[in-house]
Amino acid sequence: MRLVRLVLTRVAFYLFVTLVAAFFALPMLWLVLTPFNPRGTLAVEIPSPATMANFRLVFANAFAMRALLNSAILGIGGMLITTLVATLAAYALSRTDVPGRDFLIYALILFSSVVTGTAAMVPIFLLIFYLGLIDTLLGVILVFTGGLLPTAIFIMRDFVEGIPRSYEESALVSGATPRQMFQDVVAPLVQPGMMVVAIWAFVHVWGAFLIPFILLRSPTSMPASVAIYSFYTEAGTPIITLTSSYALLFALPVLVLYLLVNWRYGFRFFGGIKR
Amino acid sequence: MTGGAPILSRRTGFFFLLPSLGFVSLFILFPFVWVFYLSFTNQTLTGVTAIQSRLVGLANYQRLLDFETWMTSGQFGNALRISAQFVVGSALIGQALLGLAIAWAFYRWRGAFREIVYTLVILAWIIPDVVVAFTWMAFLDRDRGTLNAILQLLRLAPVDWLIQQPVLSIIIFNTWRGTAFSMLLFSSALATIPPSYLESAEVAGASGWQKFRDIILPLIRSHILTDIILITLWTFNTFTPFLITGGGPAFKSELVSIYTFRIAFQFFEFGRGGAIAVAMMLINLVLALTYLTILRRQGVRT
Repeated sequence: MRLVRLVLTRVAFYLFVTLVAAFFALPMLWLVLTPFNPRGTLAVEIPSPATMANFRLVFANAFAMRALLNSAILGIGGMLITTLVATLAAYALSRTDVPGRDFLIYALILFSSVVTGTAAMVPIFLLIFYLGLIDTLLGVILVFTGGLLPTAIFIMRDFVEGIPRSYEESALVSGATPRQMFQDVVAPLVQPGMMVVAIWAFVHVWGAFLIPFILLRSPTSMPASVAIYSFYTEAGTPIITLTSSYALLFALPVLVLYLLVNWRYGFRFFGGIKR
Repeated sequence: MTGGAPILSRRTGFFFLLPSLGFVSLFILFPFVWVFYLSFTNQTLTGVTAIQSRLVGLANYQRLLDFETWMTSGQFGNALRISAQFVVGSALIGQALLGLAIAWAFYRWRGAFREIVYTLVILAWIIPDVVVAFTWMAFLDRDRGTLNAILQLLRLAPVDWLIQQPVLSIIIFNTWRGTAFSMLLFSSALATIPPSYLESAEVAGASGWQKFRDIILPLIRSHILTDIILITLWTFNTFTPFLITGGGPAFKSELVSIYTFRIAFQFFEFGRGGAIAVAMMLINLVLALTYLTILRRQGVRT
């Protein structure tokens, strides 16, 4: 009886795992194969012959390349400001005796999950409009920094709390200013934390659609997530060869970062944070 | 906290906090307050009311909640109903159950199989929105889509997914998109359970289901609650289905997020869009407060 049950459990396990793997892999097949097919359609087909022709077309398209550059500016800008500002704040919250620090963090996280980009698209658009930052990359970077900061501070605080205070205490004894202490003692020690926040922020801003879509409308400021909707025929259907290879290019930095994080740190989990 | 004198004075600390406070006040707190004001005006993007908007009292809310029409196609109540179906279907049934099932299946299981499944599920979660939207449009396409090709192999009739089953389509899509979070949360929760708990149950001859129900479930109850509230919040606020169905056909998959977008950025009625935003934020607030209450109660316990 036990043997039968064991075998049945095993069979059920393999069946379940195979179905799950298929469910998650099948929609991705198209993304992996079509970019290399010069006659690509919406169907999943093994390209014969597999060529880089689609990519050459994309690389020759100045507008498409400009959009990728814009995405990079948004991603790197958002990443740098978010990481720096969050580290400063996390350090302050960890090393002062401001009353109600924990409450402050809770309140920040609360508000950032209530005022999401989707719920707040109307006031955010008008705010950026009145600030004169509509159709500028800076406007989008500032909006994302504001939205990502509470979570970034929350992640950073864990790392800062992990540093022993004795280093700073001896720096203090030798007469270091708070600025020197932050720059020379704390910042080097929390680098792993800064890496985590930086990658998280970059991936988030790089892939974002809605906020850039409502704030950036001119062809020169569009990021790739919006520009990808420009590869359409005059009949209004997407040009699959261009769209699919552009989509794969656009996903590439995220895939590379994932591999890097996985290889370097192992894909760990920070208190359930993605957005 | 290790105690001892604080390293930074309150003044220096405040100085370090200043940039964050500036960003958060301007881009989170201010929009939150301002949208309440906007929702009582007739602000638009163009025309006279763009420059000289005026207060219109509760008019925007009355239009939103007009009980004669609000459940009809393309209205607020209809969007709320579709959002509720979407959250229950894709977050609670889809992501949470599937995530828990995967985490449980691979509990005490290492090796290549686990690596492959985890990598696939995580990739589905981190690839940019527009990219997954295109792959799913290809996957669900009526004539050439992979899903219909599989159905035909199984001798089943093809379905025009995005036209005939738009809500089911975005539910399946969002399950695929977001299961990684629940899976990772539940596997880290399961990793904290000592194997000895289960071994003694095995000696007593408990079945897999019994072990799961009587030992695992009670131990990860608080994780399940955390998971459910967070994914409900995120699923309610997601905009990605717009990239697949555009809210259609005929508003059949118009979530609240898509409805807000249509009123505010296709009709450019910011006052009415503001009223929807207020409703959305109040729903978010209830969910977030519930989550924080649970977190604090857990914090007290440990």
